[in-house]
Amino acid sequence: MHLNRVKNKTISLDNLRMNFQEIEPDLTPKEAVEESNRCLYCYDAPCIKACPTGINIPSFIKKIASGNLKGSARVIMEANPVGASCARVCPTEELCEGACVLNHASLPIMIGNLQRHATNWAIHNNEQLFKAGEKNGKRVAVIGGGPAGLSAARELARLGYEVTIFEAKEKAGGLDTYGIVSFRLPQEISLWEVEQIEKLGVNIQTNTKVGKDIQVRELIENFDAVILAAGMSKVPMLGIDGEEAEGVFDAIEFVEGTKTPPLDQQFIGKKIVVIGAGNTAIDAATCSVRLGAENVKMVYRRTEKEMTAYEFEYEFAKQDGVEFRWLTQPKRIIADKSGKVEALECVRMELGEPDASGRRRPVPVAGSEFIIEADAIVKAIGQTRYLSLIEELGLEHNNGIVKINTKTHQTSNPKVYAAGDVIFGDGQGEAMVVTAAQQGKLTAHAIHQQFTADKVTLESV
Amino acid sequence: MADLRVNFAGIQSPNPFWLASAPPTNSGYQVQRAFEAGWGGAVWKTLGEPILNVSSRFAGTHFNGQRVAGFNNIELITDRPLEENLKEIYETKKRFPNHAVIASLMVEPKQEKWHEIVKKVQAVGVDGFELNFGCPHGMAERGMGAASGQVPELVEKQTYWAKEAAEVPVIVKLTPNITDITATAYAAVQGGADAISMINTINSLAGVDIDSWKTIPNVAGKGAHGGYCGPAVKPIALNMVAECARHPELNVPISGIGGISNWQDTVEFMLMGAGCVQVCTAAMHHGFSIVEDMIDGLNNYLDGKGIAALDGLIGKSVHTYSDWGNLDLNYKVVARINNDVCINCNKCHIACEDTSHQCIDMLTAESGAAYLKVREEDCVGCNLCSIVCPVDGAIDMVEIPNGEPMTWNERQAAIKLPICHS
Ligand SMILES: Cc1cc2nc3c(=O)[nH]c(=O)nc-3n(C[C@H](O)[C@H](O)[C@H](O)COP(=O)(O)OP(=O)(O)OC[C@H]3O[C@@H](n4cnc5c(N)ncnc54)[C@H](O)[C@@H]3O)c2cc1C
Ligand SMILES: Cc1cc2nc3c(=O)[nH]c(=O)nc-3n(C[C@H](O)[C@H](O)[C@H](O)COP(=O)(O)O)c2cc1C
Ligand code: SF4
Repeated sequence: MHLNRVKNKTISLDNLRMNFQEIEPDLTPKEAVEESNRCLYCYDAPCIKACPTGINIPSFIKKIASGNLKGSARVIMEANPVGASCARVCPTEELCEGACVLNHASLPIMIGNLQRHATNWAIHNNEQLFKAGEKNGKRVAVIGGGPAGLSAARELARLGYEVTIFEAKEKAGGLDTYGIVSFRLPQEISLWEVEQIEKLGVNIQTNTKVGKDIQVRELIENFDAVILAAGMSKVPMLGIDGEEAEGVFDAIEFVEGTKTPPLDQQFIGKKIVVIGAGNTAIDAATCSVRLGAENVKMVYRRTEKEMTAYEFEYEFAKQDGVEFRWLTQPKRIIADKSGKVEALECVRMELGEPDASGRRRPVPVAGSEFIIEADAIVKAIGQTRYLSLIEELGLEHNNGIVKINTKTHQTSNPKVYAAGDVIFGDGQGEAMVVTAAQQGKLTAHAIHQQFTADKVTLESV
Repeated sequence: MADLRVNFAGIQSPNPFWLASAPPTNSGYQVQRAFEAGWGGAVWKTLGEPILNVSSRFAGTHFNGQRVAGFNNIELITDRPLEENLKEIYETKKRFPNHAVIASLMVEPKQEKWHEIVKKVQAVGVDGFELNFGCPHGMAERGMGAASGQVPELVEKQTYWAKEAAEVPVIVKLTPNITDITATAYAAVQGGADAISMINTINSLAGVDIDSWKTIPNVAGKGAHGGYCGPAVKPIALNMVAECARHPELNVPISGIGGISNWQDTVEFMLMGAGCVQVCTAAMHHGFSIVEDMIDGLNNYLDGKGIAALDGLIGKSVHTYSDWGNLDLNYKVVARINNDVCINCNKCHIACEDTSHQCIDMLTAESGAAYLKVREEDCVGCNLCSIVCPVDGAIDMVEIPNGEPMTWNERQAAIKLPICHS
């Protein structure tokens, strides 16, 4: 996101939908050509190495410059099956654009926006960019139709596998469809990517929750391989009094509510407190502003320095008028007689000795309790894991983080592979769409390797 | 402030910037606006027998998003009646007596035709003539322009005829569509030319539309070769000016034309012997106001160098332009990369690796940082790396001592006997 290019800065209270329009405009064709001509076409370009999916960035940019937009979109989507979404949601400052050599000479190339320009072309022209491979008779089941599952399915279909995705929700796309704020990623982008993959013959069974609508055992028995790509689950409990009150929301569900119309009118003019200071917390806060809240505060028990949200996310929230309460720990949610949230009781913190993560541990200041008025409270303190599903599959895990062999992407059950947020663990930065996509892709390749290697062994017997 | 006035073959001008004979000088209205904007002179759009123009006429060559790297046209000489042009020339000269108004002329290669037009135009008052022997299209089919400009005898004869009638200086404008421009320049001088100007446009086809498969530009679906000008032709023009300037038998002033877009180009042409410059494409691309920075930039440049007048500039680099055989074979430069300025795009590496002498290594320092280094012993000093480098100051070409100077010609003379390879 380039904050200087953000349009649509005013919040409408009459038409909330306006507030959820994409905030950064598309590059105009002229801007795109000018920007792509600025690309140096580096040799052994650092941007390629900085992209988790390894998109050949100089190549797709040169193709924009030469007017070969189909070729450009293909280069992007070849490496990254959700490249249109990534163009909008990747923290490019930390990835490709952060690595651009022009950071040292002028301004980095707007790689994300150029990627968006090229993929927009493919979307508007309804181009089918890839073909399914000749059927090889193998069947693969994918649990979860998010970036990881879609990416794996796309690659497998191209390699000739018959793929079925089981998706709990009404539509596929995972968090791209339901979790990432619309003003950054409109739903139709993610749905186009889903459509591209369906057109390869991938069978996507939506409204089908594995473990409920279909049993784990059936998958293991009926398919040659199973990929677990179910992502992560709800926000955990805060473990404080009053958490059950009406008006306490899970940040992921809160954001999800803004992805599909109609938009909830109940927050107009209200005071909302968001607990947490990661990227999801920022999303919940900026969504609150766009839902018409009069005042939005974020409370975080550590300081600005320790917050995990990206710099540009933080800046964006500040521009949106979100207030920050640092060194503030929620203690209790206070509800009125009818059970509705009224306020959040907090206690001030100070920083003590460093903890295991190296960050200084916040400790409460005795007797410093105070009250923040709130009509709604949004919890954004991380995500829990689909423990029961993982255990039903009988997979080894570490607090819900599924263990895999990083070479073969196999879990403790060699027939079951895993990719995306299900294997994402602590101390690895932020979970990202682009890493989920890369893992899905690599998992597909690993499965193919496994089967073709098997075949070779069989033939030699 | 330096003195920018020029006396070009007897034609006085407040500065060396003239508009070339082309659409910008099509009418009195335009030339007067140009003078108001600061142009020192104008060569009027070529006068001659009335012609008919086609539509469309122009095409631009765009390069990497940059508009008008080159410019192509299939326009002919003036399509306005001679009487109208003469009236406007008269009015213009009257309003701007100190500016240079030069009439460009083109008629059939017949003595009486030249006498007639020279006299007619001279009567309204011009500071000089420019004989257009260069237009490569349309007029050439009628035996004029480049057609006569490619034949030295015709150049000489026509110059002679024009000179017979002219009372003001005569400049001969040469076509670049010829192998050795000094041959026609010499003919012009033999014919009595007071000065020469170059270049006119170069035969060209701007492009083919890859959707319609028609030429660019096209006239009702058909195209014909046009004339190329603009920034892309500058090196060609500069070489032709320099070749004439260093020619021992061409001792007339040269008006430099071709791709001149700013004061820096102007300085280069003047250093290579141009006594003044003419501009067309740059004005067509941006309007007359570009002359403001041309004047200002030239002034500041001369002040910075402590040069009081253009005499201190004109021709000062001509002696450095020679034949290949006079170049020192023992002179050696090598590329040196300044790693603190280098941004590690690796363009030099791949350029040298794939297309030159494989001597830029991509290395990793102990700290883990990537850096580039030239193996100087293998570097041939071709400049390629420094050309493709996007950052000023990241690559220097440095001189290294390498023995006594020895040119090819000296070497051949020293060897004396021809080498037998059989
Ligand atoms: C609010 C929020 C904002 C984010 N913003 C960004 C961002 O800006 N940029 C970025 O790069 N990343 C962002 N992320 C992270 C990113 O969305 C995830 O890392 C990525 O979506 C992980 O992909 P996945 O395929 O592993 O999981 P998901 O996208 O979570 O997809 C998993 C899918 O599995 C389905 N599923 C789950 N259980 C079952 C079951 N039992 N049976 C069938 N289907 C099941 C789910 O419905 C879902 O569709 C954000 C995350 C959140 C929560
Ligand atoms: C559209 C057009 C028409 C031209 N017409 C004439 C002309 O009538 N007479 C002439 O001597 N040169 C003519 N020229 C050539 C210019 O005077 C000039 O020599 C040439 O364009 C190179 O200069 P430049 O690179 O600054 O444009 C014309 C050029 C253009 C672009
Ligand atoms: S000057 Fe030429 S040969 Fe020397 S390093 Fe540069 S590219 Fe290679």
